[in-house]
This record gives sequence, C-alpha cells and structure tokens, in this order.
Amino acid sequence: MKIGIPKEIRPGERRVAATPETVSRLLKLGFEVAVQSQAGAGASFDDAEYSAIGATVVPSASELWGQAEIVLKVQPPELNPELGVHEAELLREGATLVSFIWPAKNGELLDRLAARRATVLAMDQVPRITRAQKMDALSSMANIAGYRAVIEAASFYGRFFTGQMTAAGKVPPAKVLVIGAGVAGLAAIGAARGLGAIVRAFDTRAEVREQIQSMGAEFLEVSIKEEGSGSGGYAKTMSPEFIAAEMALFAKQAKEVDIIITTALVPGKPAPVLLTEEMVSSMRQGSVIVDLAAEAGGNCALTRPGEVMTHHGVTVIGYVDLPSRLAPTASQLYGSNLTHLLADMGGAKSWHVDLEDAVVRGAIVLHEGQRVLPPPKSAPANLPPAPKPPASIQAPAPDVAKVPETHPVRRAAFVLVGAALLGALGLVAPKEFVSHLTVFVLACFVGWQVVWNVTPALHTPLMSVTNAISGIILVGGMLQISGPLSSSVTLLSAAAVLLATINISGGFWVTTRMLRMFQR
Amino acid sequence: MPDSLSTLAYLVAGVLFILSLGGLSTQKTARRGNAFGIAGMLLALGVTALGHVTSFGALAVAVAVGSLIGAALAVRVEMTSMPELVAVLHSFVGMAAVLVGIASYLGARSYANHAEGVIHAVEVCVGVFVGALTFTGSIVAFGKLRGVVRSKPLLLPGRHLLNLGLVTVAVLLGAQFLAAPGNTGLIPLLIMTGVAGIVGVHLVLAIGGADMPVVVSMLNSYSGWAAAAAGFMLENDLLIITGALVGSSGAILSYIMCKAMNRSFLSVIFGGFGADEGSAPAKREGAEVPGEVVPVSAAETALLLRDAKQVVVVPGYGMAVAHAQYPVYEIAALLIKQGIKVRFAIHPVAGRLPGHMNVLLAEAKVPYDIVLEMEEINEDFPHTDVVLVIGANDIVNPGALDDKSSPIYGMPVLEVWKAKTTIVMKRSMASGYAGVENPLFFRDNTRMLFGDAKKNVDAILTELRSAAASAAAE
Repeated sequence: MKIGIPKEIRPGERRVAATPETVSRLLKLGFEVAVQSQAGAGASFDDAEYSAIGATVVPSASELWGQAEIVLKVQPPELNPELGVHEAELLREGATLVSFIWPAKNGELLDRLAARRATVLAMDQVPRITRAQKMDALSSMANIAGYRAVIEAASFYGRFFTGQMTAAGKVPPAKVLVIGAGVAGLAAIGAARGLGAIVRAFDTRAEVREQIQSMGAEFLEVSIKEEGSGSGGYAKTMSPEFIAAEMALFAKQAKEVDIIITTALVPGKPAPVLLTEEMVSSMRQGSVIVDLAAEAGGNCALTRPGEVMTHHGVTVIGYVDLPSRLAPTASQLYGSNLTHLLADMGGAKSWHVDLEDAVVRGAIVLHEGQRVLPPPKSAPANLPPAPKPPASIQAPAPDVAKVPETHPVRRAAFVLVGAALLGALGLVAPKEFVSHLTVFVLACFVGWQVVWNVTPALHTPLMSVTNAISGIILVGGMLQISGPLSSSVTLLSAAAVLLATINISGGFWVTTRMLRMFQR
Repeated sequence: MPDSLSTLAYLVAGVLFILSLGGLSTQKTARRGNAFGIAGMLLALGVTALGHVTSFGALAVAVAVGSLIGAALAVRVEMTSMPELVAVLHSFVGMAAVLVGIASYLGARSYANHAEGVIHAVEVCVGVFVGALTFTGSIVAFGKLRGVVRSKPLLLPGRHLLNLGLVTVAVLLGAQFLAAPGNTGLIPLLIMTGVAGIVGVHLVLAIGGADMPVVVSMLNSYSGWAAAAAGFMLENDLLIITGALVGSSGAILSYIMCKAMNRSFLSVIFGGFGADEGSAPAKREGAEVPGEVVPVSAAETALLLRDAKQVVVVPGYGMAVAHAQYPVYEIAALLIKQGIKVRFAIHPVAGRLPGHMNVLLAEAKVPYDIVLEMEEINEDFPHTDVVLVIGANDIVNPGALDDKSSPIYGMPVLEVWKAKTTIVMKRSMASGYAGVENPLFFRDNTRMLFGDAKKNVDAILTELRSAAASAAAE
C-alpha cells in the first residue's frame, strides 16, 4: 500500500505529516511511502533525508495525490491556489485520508470527499481513551502550544523570567498565571517553571490540583465549591455564581502577575471570555497575555486571532499557529501519532478499517464515501480512568495496618491465667529450674530490645551471626563427651559437637565475609 | 576450675553475644560486633573444655572436622545462595539439639526428688521435639530454596487436623516416655522424634515459595528455642541466654517479614497462603486493569537517565538471579559521576532472606549509604525523575494501597508511580510471586523495558558509556 505525504499548502503552515524518522517506521510496517518534494522544508527536513531512508520523492502535488492510497496530512484539504484545484479533487477515488478535519465546521469539505468515495479519519476526533493516548494528536499539539506560548511570552516580555541576584542589584522573578490546566496549560506551567518564573494556575476541575502542584505551580482556588469536570477530560460550563467568583479572582491576579496564559476551552462552544478589557488595563505595562483559545474566539476580550496587539502597554498574543512555530517537533509528534494509528489498524499487511474498534470508530467521519455519525457519547468506557482521590493513595491502609486491640476483659483473663500458671509452677518447681527460667525470660527481653535496634540492611548478617552463636549448643555436647568412646552418649555428643562446630565456624566466617563487603 | 569461675566466664560470654547483636545496629560497628561474637564463643568453649571435659580425643576430632566443613561452606557460598546456607545451618542446630537431648536422657544421673526428674524429662521432650522439627523443616526449606523440592505449597486435605493429630500423638508419646522407668523410655522418645520430624516436613511443605523469607526466619527462631531447651535440660545458663537471644531475633525477623508481606503470622506458620481463596487468585473477573503497556528501548532508557536529576533504583530478586547488580552499579556510578543523585530503594522482602538484597548490593560494591529502606525513601518519590525497577513486581504494586479486592491489599509497597517516569525491566508480562496483576505497568508514566535484565542493563551501560565518551571528546 502506498502512503502519500503532500506538502501543506495553508499559508504559514510549516508542519508536515511525516518526518524521516516516522517514514522509516511506516516502511517497517510494510507501507510504501511517497513524499512530495519540499514537503518537509518548513520543518527543516530536506528531500534527500526522505529518499535516503527509502521514501520516493515525487515532484508535483497532482502526481503525489494521484498515486497515494492513503494520504497523511496536517491541515484539512483546501483549494490549491497554484493548481486551481481543491485537494479533495486530487484524492484518488476510494482512497483513505488521515488528517485534521474538524468535521463540525467543514461540512462542505466532507461533501467533496464523499464524492470521491473517500474513507476519512479525523485526527481531531480520536477519542480520549487511555489506549488511544499514543494517537492523540490534539494532546501532542496542545503540549507544544503550551510550551511555545511561554517562549512567545518570554520574547515579548522585557524582563527576566528567573529572579537573579547580580552584582548590580536584585532582579525579581516573573509571575505567571496559567488559566486552564489541560495538556497545554500543564506544558506551559512546566516551561515557565523551567525558565525560573513563579507560576500560579487555575482550573475549574479540582482533580487537576495535584498535577498542577506536581509541576511546581501554586493552585489557585475560589471559595465556591463546584466540580467542573465534563466528559472526555474537558471542563464544562460553570454556574453564574462560580463564574463571578472566578472573575473576581482573575481581576485580583491581573494586578499582580506579569504574564497570563489562557487555555480555557469548552468543547463545541466559543471560548469563555475570562479577561475583560478592564483587567487588561489594570495589568502592569510590559505585561504579556498569550491566548491559546484565540482560534475559538479567545479567552481575552481583546484577542485578535492570529495577531499580536497592544493595549495600554500590555501585549496580547493571539497566534493560532503555535504548533507550526515549532515545526520539527510538532511534525515528529504528529507523525508518530499517525504511525501509531496506522499500526493499530493493521499496518500494510493486515490493513482494515474496523468500525468496531473504539479508536477508529471515534475518528472516522467518512467510510467509503458514507457519512459515519459520531459514536454515542454516553459510553463510560470512553472516559479516561478517573484519577483516584488522593486520600486513598496516600493513606497506608490504616484499617489493615492497625493491630486489633485486645478486648480488656480478655486481656485481664490472660494476665490472671498467666499469674495462676506461674503460681502453680512456683509451688512445685525446684529452685534451680526457677532460676533458669528467670535467666531465660530476661534474656528474651534483652534479645527483643537489642534485635529491634539492628538496621534492616544487616538482617542477613544478623541471621548468619545468630546461626553461629546458636552453635553454642556445642557446650551441651561437650558437657557429655568425656565418657568412654564406645558409649552411645559419647558418640551422640561427638556428633552434636561436630554439627555445632560447622555452625560456629561457617556462621562466623560467612558473617565476616559479608560485613567486609559493606562499604561506604 | 571452680564452678563460680566458669559461671562468671559464661556470664561474660553471654554479654559478649548481646554486644555482638547490638553491634549490628549500624554498618560501622557491625564488624566489631562480629568480633565480640567470636570472642564470646571462644571464651565459652575454652571454659567448658577446661572445666568439664576430661578426655579430649573425640572432642578434638569433632571440632576439627566441623570447623573445616563450616569454613569450606562459608568460603564457597555465593551470596545469592545465602538463604540455602542459613537454612542448612539451622538444620544442624536442630539435629545437634536432638542429639544432645537424647544423650542427656541416656546419660541421666539420679535426681534428688521426683519433681526434678519429671521436669528434666519434660525439658528433654521439648528440646528434642523442637530440635527435630527445626531439623526436618530446615531441610525441606533448603530443598525448596534450591529448587529440589517443589516451591508450590503442598496442601493436604485437613492439614490443620493432621498437624493437630501429630502433635497429640507426640504429647502421648511424651507422656509414655515420662512414665517409663529407668532408661526404657528411649523407644517412645525416638518415635516422638520421628513424629516431630514429620510435623516439620509437613509445616514447611505447606508454605509457598513467596513466604520463604518468613519460614527461614521462623526456623532461625526455632533453632534458638531448641538451644534454650537444651540449656534447661543441662542446667546451663549460657545456653539458655544464647537460645533466648537467637529465638527472639528470629521471631522479630519473622514478624517484620510478615508485616512487610501483609500476612498474619499464624497463616504463614500453618501455611497455604494464596491458595486458600479459590484456586487461582491471579485472574479476577471484572478486575481487568485498563490501559496499555508502553514499551521502551534501552537507548531511550539511557537517554531518560542522562536527563534526570534524581534516580532511584528498585532492585528485586530478579536482578540478582540475572546477576545484573554489577552493571547496575556501574550505571549508578557513571550517573553519580555526572552529578546525578542515584539511590537504591530496598523493600523488606526484596530478597529471599531479610536484608538479602542489601548483601547482594554490597557484594556489587554499592556503597551502603546510598542504599535506603522503604520508609526512608518512600516520601522522596514525588521528587524523583526516573525510577528503574529491575526484576521486582509485587513490591511496587499500587493495588496494594488502593485496590481492596487485591490479595496483597494492605501490604506496604514502594510508591514508585509517584515519580515522573518509572521504567520497569521485566522478562515478560507475567505476574509476580503472589500472582497478582500489577496496575503499575499500565500507568501513563510507566515504561516497560522487556527482556533479560542483564542484557538490558548492559545495553544501557554501553549507551551511557558511549555518550559519556563523546561528551568528553567534545
């Protein structure tokens, strides 16, 4: 089967659907791969690299589309201005297209593809289930966007991120607020922390608190308790009271922080406006806002999608192509996502479109030209496993670890029985026995105290040394060994002495050997 | 030699033994402790020889032969085979206790009154019983550790009743022995010894391979009690003190092991853990772990390690079996040289003896101050970048903390999943000793490095070395 990798034609798009590395994996899966000339140029991969690992480099777009049975793309097909043809028309009859599609807003595109009897898998529709994580292109891209957002912010921000104590004086660290701790938000937290900034983060979903804290950011809270988890790991729309409290928090934070990175998206709806013009005005001159929700309208009232604007000295960045600005990495991750999907669908050898498979079922929008409606959302299996409440992870199972308390009556009974037995023994036992018993009991207590102090690292030497000293039973043999050689007592004793000596010499020797190994 | 003098010498020997165990509280004082033990032993033997022995021929031969055998065993034993050596040494103590007991009965003097005679006879009975049980139990434990005896628990129907019956028979025989006039009690005594031996065999046969650390420490305890019993029948305080020390030491070790494995002591002694609840606890309906295993290559592992700031290595017995501890330490040394903080985390049951893993690491020259116990390191995992789990399974199972239906629920474990990345080296996806599914393998931040531990570790080491070499060349 032949895979085609066309050059992306969307202006400003620098990513490519396969890098030389992912092409070699596709080849291993048994596919043939054709790459359009200059397809990887924007992501710094030249044609020679592709041909060196075994891909065919095809000079023109029409030729490439014409021969590919599976086309891998980044952006949805669109009109090719050079050829004057829509890419959907270039696709072979009955071929398969894997790409970002955004079916909800691209109805017309789907009609065109349906006319080609195409099978279309939308990478933006891959369900967010655990098994599909390696194919989750949205997460890959969000991760890059979060990282890049910090880099963009840093380049527009006229100060250090990290605080420094220099000979010339003190430089305070930048304060960064991240709103929305999804994949992008967490990546932004990580990147900003890496640059040395003080990072705070807010999210309506309480379950991400631990993740935020584990990345080294402070988790901001509003006083109202409301759980914001929606389906598929996204947030849902919150109540008016909650939003009011949230806005008050942002207004307060806006006066304090230098950088705000917003990532709040509610699926299928315009992005919520979280930063009003007033809040932006209240920020310090030179502050930077990066709006990762720009494409969906923006979280900031002033955001202009695709542009950078300034207002009262505050820069508002509304880039919608952040992943493309990190083209080599973005291409590598996206290409890997695609490779995993193709491997999951059987590779070249056992390729088939299995509509029973949860991942394929979620991603497919056209099957041989027929519209496939999105799967019902209710299936609970589609949810990622809910993070366990932290309490159950940290509490070391107190109900099991605790030694059950003995009932007081039973305890009293034990004491009484013990006392009675001792009393009875005292009446009949000879004096010598009692004195030996005293020694025995005291020795048990001494042993108990001493052995608890032994470090667990030395428990094996402890066993071998106790082995050696329990050879003291040798004394028992010696006390009885002095009779005539023929007597059974002497022979038995000699045998006992022999065995006990093995213990003594073996035990001490091996202990010495072991202890010699323990070195700092 | 006057009696008081030898008694005082015994007292000193006893104190030396206590100091010997006390010395083991830290690695620094441990060797001095061992020296105290040797000194105590020599003192005790010297005093006994001078004070009580009149003909030295048999003694000299026995001591010479015994010392040579012991030394030969100690010099040759591999550190991975320590459990076997310990088990076999227990069996010698057990056997010696039996022999001393029988000899003591045969060589009995007359007693001032009846009570004294009865007490002596009871002491002989108890000593011989515990000794015989220790002897056969240790032999079976040795066999299981060696792999000569099947490590799966042998579960006879009604085994508790069987044990009870055997003990009853032993008690009846003991009573007959007590009642027998003169030396005619020998036959019941010998039969009782045999019965005790069967009890020992049966007890240990019923215990699964995973519980061997508990069994060995339990037998350690028994061997101590056997020595103490011999002390009672020979009216020798030194034997009593030493037996009590050893007995309580073994008991503590068994207790620690049981706690670390979340077993009740009784259920281990009477055997059959993991087989009580149905036939196969491994596969439980509806308990399928969600998610997917993400494999990783040795080269990628090396990359992760190089980029880390803090690394924790969690070794399991699988590492020792593969002899991977040496290259593992080389990896650790290489990383430490590059300024990365590397430590080892030891679970109490990581080896097949208490503290076994520490010895195996010490043998590979791992400095003991970077080897930490579970309690010392568990809270550091959230700040750790990479955890390397080598040949361990149950001791890193998060199900033990949060899955109430897991058979190992409640067992304390190393919380490796709290680290940024956990790399698990494993031969295959098989479950561990306890046969329990491990959700760790399916976590998002877990990567699996499949294959032979030694080969994988060597591959990582090669990668790291070449990276270090090229870094030095630049």
